[in-house]
Amino acid sequence: MSHVRRERWIAFFILLPSILLIALFVYGFIAWTGVVSLSQWDTVMPDYRWAGLENFRRLFEQAQGVAARRFAIDLWNTLFFTILFLLLCVGVGLLLAILLDQKVKGEGVFRTIYLFPMALSFVVTGVVWQWIFAPGTANYPRGVNALLHGLGLDALRWKWYTDTSGIGPFHKALIPVILAAAWQLIGYTMAMYLAGLRGIPEELREAARVDGASEVGIYRHIVMPILQPITLSALIILGHTSLKIFDLIYTMTGAGPAFATDVPGIFMFETTFQGNHYAQGAAISIIMLVLVALVIVPYLVSTFRREVQL
Amino acid sequence: MRRRLDPWRIGIYALLTLFALLFLVPVYVLLSSSLKTFVEVEDLSRLWSLPSGLHLESFRSAWFGIPSKGLRGLSQNLLNSVYLTVPATIISSVIGSLNGYVLAKWRFRGANVIFPVMLFGMFIPYQSILIPLTQTLATIGLGGTIWGLILVHVVYGIPITTLIFRNYYAEIPTDLIEAASIDGAGIMGTYLRVLFPLSLPGFVVVIIWQFTNIWNEFLFAVSILQKPALQPITVALRNLSGSQIQEWNMIMAGTLIAAIPTLLIYVLMGRYFIRGLLAGSVKG
Amino acid sequence: MTKKRVLFGMVAVLLVAAMLLTACGKPKEAKLGGKLEIFSWWTAGGEAEGLNAMFKIYAAKHPDVEIINATVAGGAGMNAKAVLATRMQANDPPDSFQVHAGHELIDSWVKAEKMEPITFIFKDNGWMGKYPQGVIDVLSYKGEIWSVPVNIHRANILWYNKQVFTANGVTPPNSFDEFFAAADKLKAAGITPLALGDNGIWASVHLFETVLIGTLGPDKYRGLWNGTTDWNGAEVKAALETFARMMQYVNEDHAALSWDQAAKLVADGRAGMTIMGDWAEGWFKSIGQKPNVEFGWVPAPGTKGTFDMLSDSFGLPKGAPNRAAAIAWLVVCGSKEGQDAFNPLKGSIPARTDGDRALYDEYLKSAMDDFASNQIVPSLAHGAAASEGWSTAVSNAMTLFVSDLNVAAAQSAMAKACVDAGVCK
Repeated sequence: MSHVRRERWIAFFILLPSILLIALFVYGFIAWTGVVSLSQWDTVMPDYRWAGLENFRRLFEQAQGVAARRFAIDLWNTLFFTILFLLLCVGVGLLLAILLDQKVKGEGVFRTIYLFPMALSFVVTGVVWQWIFAPGTANYPRGVNALLHGLGLDALRWKWYTDTSGIGPFHKALIPVILAAAWQLIGYTMAMYLAGLRGIPEELREAARVDGASEVGIYRHIVMPILQPITLSALIILGHTSLKIFDLIYTMTGAGPAFATDVPGIFMFETTFQGNHYAQGAAISIIMLVLVALVIVPYLVSTFRREVQL
Repeated sequence: MRRRLDPWRIGIYALLTLFALLFLVPVYVLLSSSLKTFVEVEDLSRLWSLPSGLHLESFRSAWFGIPSKGLRGLSQNLLNSVYLTVPATIISSVIGSLNGYVLAKWRFRGANVIFPVMLFGMFIPYQSILIPLTQTLATIGLGGTIWGLILVHVVYGIPITTLIFRNYYAEIPTDLIEAASIDGAGIMGTYLRVLFPLSLPGFVVVIIWQFTNIWNEFLFAVSILQKPALQPITVALRNLSGSQIQEWNMIMAGTLIAAIPTLLIYVLMGRYFIRGLLAGSVKG
Repeated sequence: MTKKRVLFGMVAVLLVAAMLLTACGKPKEAKLGGKLEIFSWWTAGGEAEGLNAMFKIYAAKHPDVEIINATVAGGAGMNAKAVLATRMQANDPPDSFQVHAGHELIDSWVKAEKMEPITFIFKDNGWMGKYPQGVIDVLSYKGEIWSVPVNIHRANILWYNKQVFTANGVTPPNSFDEFFAAADKLKAAGITPLALGDNGIWASVHLFETVLIGTLGPDKYRGLWNGTTDWNGAEVKAALETFARMMQYVNEDHAALSWDQAAKLVADGRAGMTIMGDWAEGWFKSIGQKPNVEFGWVPAPGTKGTFDMLSDSFGLPKGAPNRAAAIAWLVVCGSKEGQDAFNPLKGSIPARTDGDRALYDEYLKSAMDDFASNQIVPSLAHGAAASEGWSTAVSNAMTLFVSDLNVAAAQSAMAKACVDAGVCK
C-alpha cells in the first residue's frame, strides 16, 4: 500500500470512533425520536402503534385545540427571541470588544466581569432574573420598576414578563427573557470579537490613517469585513443555543401568562414529562430539529462549497 | 507623556463602567440574597436592600447540609463534579484535537461530508433523547455510573471540540505538515511532533468551554446518575430546593459555591482564552 | 427390616412434628438485609425532615438494611417524574417511589401494569378500618389498593390576615356572595382582596378547583372525573364565570409571583386573603406568625363540609429489587408510628384516623376533625382526581383563560380535555 493511502486509512480510523458514536447517539436517537413522533405513545409505557402524522397535525390545526394555539405562539416566540437575542449578543459584544480594544486600563477586570455570567448555571440565574423583572403593582413597584421609580423614571415602568400583549405576533414579555439570556452570553461574543480585533495588524490601520481615512472609516471599511467570519461563527453557535433554549426560560418565567414566553423546548418538556404525551413531545422535537436544519444546512453547504473551491 | 484625557477616553470608560454595573446587577442580587435571612429573602420588596448582616448560615447549610433534618449539603458532591468534569473535558478535548487535525490537514474522500454530519450533532435538543439515552446506557452496562455520564458528555462534546480545533488547525500553514512528512513522519508522528506543541491556545478555548458546560449541566446528570452518592454538584444544588417552599438564601449561597471552580478557571485562564481565540479558532 | 421401618417412621414423624411446630409457632419478623432505595422529591425543609424521621424508624426495625435516599428535586417533582419515567421504562425501578395518591399513579404506572397491588399489606396490618373510606376510594382501582398514603393535605382553605379583616370590618366569607362582599370592602380600602401567585399556572388551577367544588358541590365535582358530570354544562360555566369575576380582585402581578410570595402579601397586610393548600400554614409559621393570631383560615368559599384532599404516597413497583425491604417500608409508611413521625414535621395530617392529636398544632387539629367528618374529594391540581395528561391539558386551558377570561373557549377546551383523556364521550 502506498504511503499516502496508508495515511488516509489511519486518518479514517482516527475519525472512526467519533463517527460511530455520533451515528448511534445522535442519528440513532433522532431516528428513534422520529419513530416515536409517528406513534401513539401517550402514557408512561411505550406504545409504538402507528399514528401517522396525527401528532404533527395536532400541532398545526387550530381546530384541534390548545396544543396548536400554543405551538403557533411558540414558533413566533422562537423567531422573535432568536432575532433580538442574536442582535443583542452580536451588537453589544462587538461594542464592548471595540471599547476594550482601545488600550484601556483595567481591561482584565472589565473582561472578567463580562465573561463571568457564562460561568453561572442557567437554572439559578433564571430565578434571579425572575425577581429582578417582577413588576410588582402600580402602588408597590418591585425589582427594576422599583429602581426606575427611585430614579424618577416612572414612565419606563411596565409589566415586563407578565405583559401578555405583543407587537403583532411578537410578545413583549420575551424582552426581559432576551435580556437575561444575552447577559449570560454577550461575554462570549465579546471575547471572540476582541480576539479578532487584536488579530488585525496595526500596519493595516496605520496605512489607512496615512491615506487620510477617519477612525470611523477604518472601522467600516477595514475592521468590519475582517470580523465578518467571526460574526458568522457567533451567529451559528448562539443561534443554535437560542433555538434549543429551555433551562433559562423555564426557571425564569415558565411558559408565561397566555404562553407569552413559551418556546418549543418548554412545550416539549412539559408535554413529555408532565403530560406523558411522549409521541406529541417527539413531534415537537422533530420540528425543532427541522427548524435548526433549515438554518444550519445552508450555512454548512455554502462553507464547504467555498472550501472545496479554495 | 501627556495622558490622553479627551472626551473620547472619558466616554469609553463611562460606557465600559455602565455596562459593567449593568452586568453586575444580578451578581449583586445573588450575593446579597445569599447573605440574607430566610424572612428577608422572601420579601421581594427588599430585593435591592443590603442584607441586615452577614448571615453566613446559608453558606454553612448549603455546604454541610443539615443531617439531622435530612438536608444533604454540597460538600459530598463537589468531588463527584470533579471526577466527572475533568476526565470528560480532557477526553473530549483530545478527541476534538485529533479529529480537527485530520479534518483540517488530511483531505480524503468524504471528509467534507463527515464534518458537517458530525457538526449537526450539536443541534439536537437534549430533552428529546433522554429516554433512548438512558436505555442505551443501561444496555451497555454503564447505566447509573459516572463513566456513563462521562461517555455522554464526550459524545455530545465531539462536534464542538472538533469544530474549534478544525478551525484552529486550518490556520496553521500546511508547509509545516509537509515538512514533517518529508522527514518521514506519519500522520500520528506529525501530530505529536509538530501540531500538538502548537495546540495550547486551542486547548484552552476548548477546555474552558467544555469545563463550563459539563460542570453546569443538569439534565443528563440527574437522569443518568441515580445514586445520590454519585451525583455532581449541580444536582445537589437543585436538591437544596424543597418541593413547596424554597429557602432562597441557602440556594443562592449554594450557587455561588458551585460556581467557584468555573470562576477560578475563567480568572486564571481568561487571558489565554483570548489568545486562543485570537490564534484562529475564531474564524467561521 | 421391621427395625428399619420403625426408624424410618420415627424420623418421618419427627420431621412432620418439626414442620408443624415451626408452622404453628409465632411468625418471626424475617431478618432483612440488603438495600432499600426510596425515590422521592423530598429534598429540603419539613418534608426532608419527616422522611428522615421515617428512615430512623425503619432503621431501628431493620438495622441491616442499607437505606438509599434517592431524591430528585425540582418543581413539585417534575424532574423526579422525568427521571422515574426513564428508570421504569428501562425496567430498573426503585424499591419504592413517592407519588401523588390517586389518578396520577393509577393512570400511569398502575394501568401500565408496572405496580403490584398492595391490598394485602392493608389487610395484613389491619389497616382497613384505620383509613377513611374516601381515602381508600382514591387509592383504589379495580378493587385493589395501589399505594400507601403517608400524609394528607387539604387544598380548599382560604387564609386571611386577621388584623386586616378586623381593621376593615370584614368577616371571613363562607359563600361566594360573602366573598365578593368582603373583596369589595377590601378593594375600597386599597388592599388587594385576593393574593394569587400563579407563576407556573398551578396555583390558578388550584384556585379554580376550589371554585368548582364551591359551585358544583362534592358529588357533582367528583362526577367531573368519572364522566357523570357534563363539562359543557351550566354549572361548569357558572364556575368559570365566578373565577373570572374573582380575577378582578387579584393582584396584577400574579404571573410573576410564586404562591409563597402571594402569601407574603397577606402576611404583610398588603392583601387580605389567599386560597392555597395547608402547606401555607407551615410557611406562615416559618416567618414567625402564629395560627389564629396573625393569620386565620376558613374553608374556601362554598366548600364548607368538603375536604379537598391530596396525598403523598408510596407504592410497590413490580420487580422491585428488594421486595421484602420495600414491603417493610410500606408498613412503616402506613403505621401510626411512621405517620405521627412524618406529619408534624411536614405540616400535614396523617392519612390514618388514629393519629396522636397531641403532636399536631391548632390548625392541623381542626384539619383532622374535618378530615374525619367531611366529604372527601380528590384534588385536580395535585394528581388525585385526574391523570397527568388530563391535568396538563386543563393547565394549558387555564394558562389562556387566566389571561383572556374567555369562558366559552375555556369551557370547550376543558371539555375536550375530558374527551381526550378517554373519560367523557
